[in-house]
Amino acid sequence: MSNEIKRSVPTDSEVILGILNGSKDVLEKIYKAHFPMILQLVVMNSGTEDDAKDVFQESIIVLYDKVKGGNFELNSKLKTFIYSVCRRLWLKRLSQMSRNSGNIRDYEDIIPVEHDLEKHEERDLQFKQMEASLHRLGEPCKTIIEDFYINSKSMQEICAKFGYTNADNAKNQKYKCLQRLKKLFFQV
Amino acid sequence: MKMTERIEAYLRGEMTAEEKTAFEELRASDPVLDQEVVVHKPFLETLHEFGEKKRLLSEMNAIHEQLDVAAIREEVIPKSTIIRTLWTKYRMNAAVAASVAVVAVFATLLTTGYFAKTNSIASGYNALRREMSKEVDRKIQRSKNELMKDINAGSARKGPAAPSTYTGTGFALTASGYIVTNNHVIDGADSIYIQDKNGNSYKAKKVYGHPQYDIAVLQVVDLNFSPLRSLPYTFKKQSSRLGENVFTLGYPREDVVLGTGYVSSNTGYKGDTVQYQIDISVNGGNSGSPLLDNKGNVIGIISGKQDNADGASFAVKSKYLLEVLEDLPEEVRSGISSNKKSSLAGLSRADQIEKIQDYVFVVKVY
Repeated sequence: MSNEIKRSVPTDSEVILGILNGSKDVLEKIYKAHFPMILQLVVMNSGTEDDAKDVFQESIIVLYDKVKGGNFELNSKLKTFIYSVCRRLWLKRLSQMSRNSGNIRDYEDIIPVEHDLEKHEERDLQFKQMEASLHRLGEPCKTIIEDFYINSKSMQEICAKFGYTNADNAKNQKYKCLQRLKKLFFQV
Repeated sequence: MKMTERIEAYLRGEMTAEEKTAFEELRASDPVLDQEVVVHKPFLETLHEFGEKKRLLSEMNAIHEQLDVAAIREEVIPKSTIIRTLWTKYRMNAAVAASVAVVAVFATLLTTGYFAKTNSIASGYNALRREMSKEVDRKIQRSKNELMKDINAGSARKGPAAPSTYTGTGFALTASGYIVTNNHVIDGADSIYIQDKNGNSYKAKKVYGHPQYDIAVLQVVDLNFSPLRSLPYTFKKQSSRLGENVFTLGYPREDVVLGTGYVSSNTGYKGDTVQYQIDISVNGGNSGSPLLDNKGNVIGIISGKQDNADGASFAVKSKYLLEVLEDLPEEVRSGISSNKKSSLAGLSRADQIEKIQDYVFVVKVY
């Protein structure tokens, strides 16, 4: 049934090293190598291309978290891991849409990934909270926080970007913003 | 604010060794600060990871933009996807629906008795052999009783004890033991017995069958059978005219039954020229009964009736019976031609019947 997908697939150790180093090249390689497999899985099980994209990207995030968490033991092929995660995620979505009784047409081997996904869901919830909090924080606080804490820009850069007269003012502003964000985040 | 910066510097490991020691001491002595550090650490981590995730997503989206999704789709998805996914999705439902439909159809046909009427040809034509399955219980009871009687009487019983599958009527063609009946009566028979009015059964075998004319000729092969006296009736060569009074003797039940009527048409079911239409009441089991006119000539063989019309029974014309005799043994032809004159002419109906009765038999088919 399954069309054999022929593509240049990076080796698993190459990928893991690439993830740890934050290599864009490796990301692109994994993406191109494995996306067709997931597209097939989702579309053949009553999904759309966008569904496939969402599910696949989520699985990559799970993979990144796992690798960066340092507790990644490669006891199966990376491909199998990604496929299993996507399958699980897609089954869950299907059941949410109540369009499926729990059976889908499989194309690859699967491994149990429930544990990884539990952790992922927990974190996902936190991320959603964070996103909501940041959104409610409003500008310019949002950008300041993002620049400093996420994009790791120096106080001087932020100072220049927002036109603060000196770094202390900027720091002060950043402090206030952070306090508000914390309040919003823990409040939810 | 200063404290927050210190906490952040501590968490990021940007402090010098002395600063760090001082901070840790302060933290140990101040539970509020300690609490703040504990909360701040995962918060910053979440914030940071959130940023990572967003960055990763945007990178992936950029990669996704480059992909030719349609081409990949072509490659991995078989052409007839829509039909096939519909099929996989709904095949269970379809299977259930189909089985329900099948069950419903058969249940309906069964309850409306469709299967019980397997011998009615297409629309309204009903061949008049009698199906015995419904009467089996009664028959078994009856044969049991008979058996008991026989045992008591100490005599050997003639013929089979089990009830037959179908019965019809037959009548003697010659005195030597050739019997004529309808072909449909003995169609698919394993064995054939005839039974006279006294209840004696004799084994018979089919010697001739003509499905188109619906005529069959049997020969009694039983050693116990003693030849009949010469036939009282003759076979009429010409067609009978409309309105002629006719009567028939047959076995729609265990005893012989008389039916009277008249020839109502020169053609049979759907214009079949082999048959007459007779206005006469006949029933299942009457198939093969002789149809006689007032003078005692056999003018036909009762073969069927129309279900959806009143008084429309059909009989095969005697002309065709005589026609098929060409294919029969010489013995039969001579037997018939020797009998030139009906001995029934001028007798009352009751006398005629009394004479004919001995020559009319139940044909039992197993």
